[in-house]
Amino acid sequence: MNAMGAIIRRDLLMVMRRKSEVLTALFFFVIVSSLFPLGIGPEPALLRKIAPGVLWVGALLASMLGLQRMFAADHADGTLEQMVISPTPLVLLVFGKIVAHWLVSGLPLVLIAPVLGMQFDLDVSALGVLMLALLLGTPLLSLIGAIGAALTLGVRGGGVLLSLLVLPLYIPALIFGAGAVQAHISGLGADGHLSLLAAILALAAFFAPWAATAALRIALE
Amino acid sequence: MSNRLINWFRFSSPHNFYPLAGKMIPVFWMLTALFGVAGLWMGFFVAPTDAQQGEGYRIIFIHVPASWMSMVIYMAMAAWAAVGLSLNARLSSMMAQALAPTGALMAFLSLWTGAFWGKPMWGTWWVWDARITSELILFFLYLGFMALQASIDDPRRADKAGAVLALVGAVNVPIIYYSVVWWNTLHQGSSINLTKSSMAVTMMWGMLLMALCLWMYSIAVALTRVRAIILEREAHTDWVKQLKEIKA
Repeated sequence: MNAMGAIIRRDLLMVMRRKSEVLTALFFFVIVSSLFPLGIGPEPALLRKIAPGVLWVGALLASMLGLQRMFAADHADGTLEQMVISPTPLVLLVFGKIVAHWLVSGLPLVLIAPVLGMQFDLDVSALGVLMLALLLGTPLLSLIGAIGAALTLGVRGGGVLLSLLVLPLYIPALIFGAGAVQAHISGLGADGHLSLLAAILALAAFFAPWAATAALRIALE
Repeated sequence: MSNRLINWFRFSSPHNFYPLAGKMIPVFWMLTALFGVAGLWMGFFVAPTDAQQGEGYRIIFIHVPASWMSMVIYMAMAAWAAVGLSLNARLSSMMAQALAPTGALMAFLSLWTGAFWGKPMWGTWWVWDARITSELILFFLYLGFMALQASIDDPRRADKAGAVLALVGAVNVPIIYYSVVWWNTLHQGSSINLTKSSMAVTMMWGMLLMALCLWMYSIAVALTRVRAIILEREAHTDWVKQLKEIKA
């Protein structure tokens, strides 16, 4: 557990030294979301309708940007090998790296989302649901993404390949995440969607680190 | 006892499996032709014209079996991949690799014929219906599996990485399916309702025969492909160099 905490602290520290990477993903999210009203038109009713989907797709793509770097730097300088031979189970360390990745690339999206939501004329309660859905959904993206990042470690054309592998697996998160906000706006209540999202998150939090660990071992063989 | 065990695993070695597959392929092609002719005859000449859908419905004789096969092949692929990963068996991983393109073909056929069926029946090439959408996602999963294997140079690493992906995909398929079903029912109040007329017995038979035809086709093609993979990967071994077809 200490080792896991150390990994999280270390990854966060490294990101703080190179802030541009986090900010790039964040600005990507902001810019992509702002492009949609320009392309579709400024009618508030229409924007309210597309807001959940647009913001969620934007968040999906933004969280993909940093994925490839999750293990790449450690792989390049040999840190990853040290993690594999350390006495701490690798799966804990991988979990730590996933948590760090979420803190860096998922949490900022959750925090900026209400501002973007206002651009789309969402009301305050819908913004709350949006944040809650993203809070449950973005860790899911980091967990599933970790499997893809581990599988494509050191592989030719890894970036494009990674999106091909991971995006289909993101679909449940997208459906329930955007669905929660949509259901709330249409007065159906978001409870069902949020519960399902939380259930998938619980499943993924247990299984995804194992799969990512297996993939890392294969990559390092 | 130990002899028996050895016999049981005899064909898990590419060396022994290669000639066996060679003998099985013509049998499966013959069965493909047999079931195919029977199924098409049943579908085109015996099965009655549908009361509501006219002649166009006959596309289901290829559409439904192709959809079934796309799912069956994904399961078979994931199972072979799991065996290959857990027992470190080379041939099982090769089987998984050999099945993927056929599975992708089936998923594509299912979507394509579905579009041809949808245009006259529903008046549109595409609807975001739950089953169509999940079939599309299955197609994406096949593409991801093949792309991952193709981009890793070391075949053993490609096998294992592909196996992890296939297993993750297999766990995800039900989740994706149900999420799409619920998404669909929540968003599209009035989805297309197929008026379920009790299907004529002959239609059922035609579909079953065509399904068997596609099963046999898939096996024949997968075996042919696995033979090619064996040759490619074992090219450095003596037994491959001694094969008639290699020497010639």
